[in-house]
Amino acid sequence: MTAAVFFGCAFIAFGPALALYIFTIATEPLRVIFLIIGAFFWLVSLLFSSLFWFMARTITDNKDGPIQKYLLILGVLVSVLIQEMFRFVYYKLLKKASEGLKTINPDETAPSMRLLAYVSGLGFGIMSGVFAFVNTLSDSLGPGTVGIHGDSPQFFLNSAFMTLVIILLHVFWGIIFFDGCEKKKWSSLLVVLLTHLLVSALTFISPHYGINLVSTYLIMVLMGIWAFFVAGGSCRSLKLCLLCQDKDFLLFNQRSR
Amino acid sequence: MEAGIQQRPGLVLSPRCPVAQPRGPLGGVMGRAGLPGKLAGTARSARRCQKLFQALLPPWLPGAAAGRTLRLGQHRGAGGASQGRAMLTFMASDSEEEVCDERTSLMSAESPPPRCCQEARQGLEDRESAAQWRSQDSEEDLDEDADRYMCSGVPGQPSGLEEELTLKYGAKHVIMLFVPVTLCMVVVVATIKSVRFYTEKNGQLIYTPFTEDTPSVGQRLLNSVLNTLIMISVIVAMTIFLVVLYKYRCYKFIHGWLIMSSLMLLFLFTYIYLGEVLKTYNVAMDYPTLFLTVWNFGAVGMVCIHWKGPLVLQQAYLIMISALMALVFIKYLPEWSAWVILGAISVYDLVAVLCPKGPLRMLVETAQERNEPIFPALIYSSAMVWTVGMAKLDPSSQGALQLPYDPEMEDSYDSFGEPSYPEVFEPPLPGYPGDELEEEEERGVKLGLGDFIFYSVLVGKAAATGSGDWNTTLACFVAILIGLCLTLLLLAVFKKALPALPISITFGLIFYFSTDNLVRPFMDTLASHQLYI
Repeated sequence: MTAAVFFGCAFIAFGPALALYIFTIATEPLRVIFLIIGAFFWLVSLLFSSLFWFMARTITDNKDGPIQKYLLILGVLVSVLIQEMFRFVYYKLLKKASEGLKTINPDETAPSMRLLAYVSGLGFGIMSGVFAFVNTLSDSLGPGTVGIHGDSPQFFLNSAFMTLVIILLHVFWGIIFFDGCEKKKWSSLLVVLLTHLLVSALTFISPHYGINLVSTYLIMVLMGIWAFFVAGGSCRSLKLCLLCQDKDFLLFNQRSR
Repeated sequence: MEAGIQQRPGLVLSPRCPVAQPRGPLGGVMGRAGLPGKLAGTARSARRCQKLFQALLPPWLPGAAAGRTLRLGQHRGAGGASQGRAMLTFMASDSEEEVCDERTSLMSAESPPPRCCQEARQGLEDRESAAQWRSQDSEEDLDEDADRYMCSGVPGQPSGLEEELTLKYGAKHVIMLFVPVTLCMVVVVATIKSVRFYTEKNGQLIYTPFTEDTPSVGQRLLNSVLNTLIMISVIVAMTIFLVVLYKYRCYKFIHGWLIMSSLMLLFLFTYIYLGEVLKTYNVAMDYPTLFLTVWNFGAVGMVCIHWKGPLVLQQAYLIMISALMALVFIKYLPEWSAWVILGAISVYDLVAVLCPKGPLRMLVETAQERNEPIFPALIYSSAMVWTVGMAKLDPSSQGALQLPYDPEMEDSYDSFGEPSYPEVFEPPLPGYPGDELEEEEERGVKLGLGDFIFYSVLVGKAAATGSGDWNTTLACFVAILIGLCLTLLLLAVFKKALPALPISITFGLIFYFSTDNLVRPFMDTLASHQLYI
């Protein structure tokens, strides 16, 4: 597999996340720290999920057969539950930290919960995407032929697109989740959990990439629109932004129109 | 006393620290603010002499061991102490490796110990400056809290502002440490993954004489524990030796060691590294070109680290040296011994820094008694810069106000009595003392090179032995960064010198073993079925 595949897939999967990081996070040290802490929380959730799966496997004595497949499915679903649980824990931590920052630092504006929602979502997403895809990427640099045993030759591309959609979904889920927690709308949390379960479940039909990817992207678009409105956007502000007539934004960037 | 001495906000040091350096909120910040103008003047000429001396005898910093611990806020003392430890460790060895190690640690001598040498010459000046500092110190004692965060020259600021400064500058300083630590780890991991030389087993250091090629697991474990005991006792012995040397003022000896170590590290290890990289990529290089390259690299490195140089270049050299050192450790430490040593070093670090009778603490206290900075070698500093608004007109706090430090314009500041530190450390002294401007204060943070080295060893080992798995490496990387973050937070909370190794290494070890044994099979199984969680 060639360098073109490596770079292409790497940028497909991580390009948007990298752009988001460079333009919105890298400039503020506090955001970088919250991003890394978010990544750490996702990592801990993965650790617990692996522990659960490992214990389940040990209990069933590592027998081969369909039970392994069921255990894996169970592992995936439990992992999704644990991830969302850790998202909630991170929300609680950020809430405390936010309050702490406010009391200590009344003059300086602490990052708002919405911003922290975005940062935490991105942290979760980046870590999740990296863990899912980086081993595959490093294999793509080595020798081999994709799909030689009848698998799809688009394996790398599909994985890259799937990784991208997972990263973006985590960002949107983060925003919606935190907003739900702030406004005590537990239905939002439930929807986030259910869509996460749905996205993971869709990957069970993995050889049929078309359905898998298309439906996941559809869910991503829906989540994106919901997150946009939840974060305070509106059709009007979107129009202004796209036509470069958003005065506040222009003023902020000191451009004249 | 040189200005720009790193401050030692630790419990032991801060009230008596003669150099009122603004301490960063996280303690690790070493502000250079406090040198009074008068002091600057006296120090200036002393510094000029020292510069020359420095050029000849690079400061010898006690060991990389010192560097190992991040004494946020306790820079000089702690750093020096820990460095001494490392140095001692390496001093005892006769092998090439040890010398190199030592050199490496010595290399980072940024704040030349010449200060110490200088002190002998400066006698009167020092006393004078010391007196000035003492008067400032009493002020400091009154406002100890404020002093913690602000340069000694600004005692009048309210504690609320101090807290604000803590948070305002805390995040920035965390990032200032994240970037070099990340860079060092990236260099080490990139080398480990591409150059096969550093993962081949070609013998062991004499400090780890027991082999790990044993038939049984128990025997292997026993051997690794014995290796660790030997290594740690060597380190302890070296540290004590260093403390003794320091107590009996054998500065020349220390300086000589430092220079020799730096030389070996910058030239020999670089040559070996370059050779291996060229071999890996099958690039031919003729000897004249090689000689020219290595000579230039080494000479510029010596100059940057021991004398003057642009901050970025100095930082880059320190990172490269730490990476080279870490690679040596990764190559020559057997597997299980490496993990046990990492754990033991963290415990030792904790004990040495926090126990009242720890060698590092004693070193720091001795330096404090003598009102001289401990050897600052082997500390990475993310420079400094500006400061400080002065709350009131106070001649003794003139030092607080400083011009923005611009490395390129360093020479131009000499007329203001700027400390002649080649490195970044020295912030320019105020050209307008007594000004009541409120300038934004930025203080640098310092981290010992030993910390860099051991973080990189952990991540490098994870990369080398993780069976080609990147997840383990990434997990260790994130764990170390989080540990560093927590350490800095604790530093801000406890306001005393803290070792940087324990928390990060503990997290790193936990995540290494759990990711390697639990997460890896899970992720591999998921990947093979193309499931996403």
